[in-house]
Amino acid sequence: MKITREEVQHVAKLARLDLTAAEVDRMTGQLDAILSYVAKLDELDVTGVAVTTHTQQVVNAFREDEARPSLPRELALANGPEQNGESFVVPRVIG
Amino acid sequence: MELYALTLHEAASLLEQGEVSSVALTESVLGRIEAVEPKVQAYLALDQEGALRQAEQADLNRKNGQVGPLCGIPLAIKDVLCTTSMPTTCGSRILEHFIAPYNATVVTKLADAGSVLLGKLAMDEFAMGSTSENCAFQTPHNPWKLGYVAGGSSGGSAAAVAADQCFASLGSDTGGSIRQPASLCGTVGMKPTYGRVSRYGLVAFASSLDQVGPLTKDVRDCALMMNAVSGYDPHDSTSIKLEVPDFTAALQDGLKGVRIGIPKEYFGEGLDSEVDRTVRDGIAMLQEAGAEMVEVTLPHTEYCVAVYYLIAPAEASSNLARFDGVRYGYRDRSADTLIEMYNRSRSQGFGDEVKRRILIGTYALSSGYYDAFYKKASQARTLIKEDFAKAFASCDLMVSPVTPTPAWKIGDKADDPLALYLSDILTLSANLAGIPGMSVPCGFNNQGLPIGMQLQAAHFNEEILLRAAYNLEQRAGVAGKKPVIA
Repeated sequence: MKITREEVQHVAKLARLDLTAAEVDRMTGQLDAILSYVAKLDELDVTGVAVTTHTQQVVNAFREDEARPSLPRELALANGPEQNGESFVVPRVIG
Repeated sequence: MELYALTLHEAASLLEQGEVSSVALTESVLGRIEAVEPKVQAYLALDQEGALRQAEQADLNRKNGQVGPLCGIPLAIKDVLCTTSMPTTCGSRILEHFIAPYNATVVTKLADAGSVLLGKLAMDEFAMGSTSENCAFQTPHNPWKLGYVAGGSSGGSAAAVAADQCFASLGSDTGGSIRQPASLCGTVGMKPTYGRVSRYGLVAFASSLDQVGPLTKDVRDCALMMNAVSGYDPHDSTSIKLEVPDFTAALQDGLKGVRIGIPKEYFGEGLDSEVDRTVRDGIAMLQEAGAEMVEVTLPHTEYCVAVYYLIAPAEASSNLARFDGVRYGYRDRSADTLIEMYNRSRSQGFGDEVKRRILIGTYALSSGYYDAFYKKASQARTLIKEDFAKAFASCDLMVSPVTPTPAWKIGDKADDPLALYLSDILTLSANLAGIPGMSVPCGFNNQGLPIGMQLQAAHFNEEILLRAAYNLEQRAGVAGKKPVIA
């Protein structure tokens, strides 16, 4: 086994996902198959090979430091599931 | 011929000659949508009134001499591109009622070119999938054979073009999501070089791989759409400051002096025999057009699925962290604490495939696994990129199949994610390397299902793709063939 039920539950917690017991079972099987497949990379020697995180070499795409209009507040808030005209409202964070 | 069946450039010529109005074109397409949409199910949102209003405006603008290159042409876009006039759902429950506060740059560019926006097209949830069956709302059908997949993730974008429900569309391609549905639905599809087209307002799946591009009825239409959407955008710091050529200038007869590479790894095990034969026939046509064929090798091809299905989910798990029920999208209202609210909103809002990829990505990035998975995949990505650089030293472009098989029945592979991932093997590398790729109709199998040819070239060399595609189109005799939707 490449991944256990417990590891799936741990990763789900990190990813802020609640999985039902049935989902954990199904995901464990599917993730195990996928991770067993990607273990193919073990065959490959990458010692000394640089990483590629982007295919175009763009460095520091700066713009002039000038004030510009930004998204108006009401527009920024418009899709908020709960908002009070000034900010987004969420359940109490600190008791 | 009905107006809706015209190509984009034919419609543009008639508009220019004053033979038709944009209103007439738009009404014709809307009529076509009404007739076939119950079967094809390509549209998630249709804006009939808005489209007719834009068409009237286009006709007026034309009368006043304000004629953009796509003036009056009705188009549609994948529902992953932000629009202020219609919802942007990404095929997900979590964004079901989301109205973007701004338009994607490509949406603005199409509007500035004078086109008419018909609606938003179905897709796999957050562009994750190869069949569009992961769409939370509906599954588009292949117009060539109802009940068969249109491909994915831009399945609606390909189906709508193939079924004459728009003159052209935009899709997005992270691992083949334009080229694969284009191939399965018999349309032209182009994934431009990474950085050629702005990603501003494209809802992010995997930011180092995503690219917007057109799906069209023929190669000339593809060049026209590329003219409209390409170019540097200050809102996307990964778009490249490079002059955009007139892509239609690349559509020249003949391929004398052009060296075409045949990557032997792309004709390997698992390739359907009819796909193999059809693509090889296509290669012979390119040879007749004057091209010289050379065998090339991409030795790390066998690792591309493993590399891609670590890197793309890793980037996705990070990008999709923003869907937390706070600023937009679905929120579970029963939660008492913030963490519960995050967990429940995400768990109820995302579908299975999205959860699966978030889990893989989170795992690959998590403490203790990062080096073994994400870092190693990013190193292997370098080897894949170098394979292409070496191959393009001896050829100007490469041709191959797009997909190992033609379209299959809806539901057939829905329960086996790994089998679906493996079917992406021929398209993933272009995204990993950032190079442009294209799918061009090449023929049909004995069931009448379309088969495409993939063309790939070095960075920012879309013109050679268009030129070769144009020559294939002239000889393959499949352009203009239409599905009977029944």
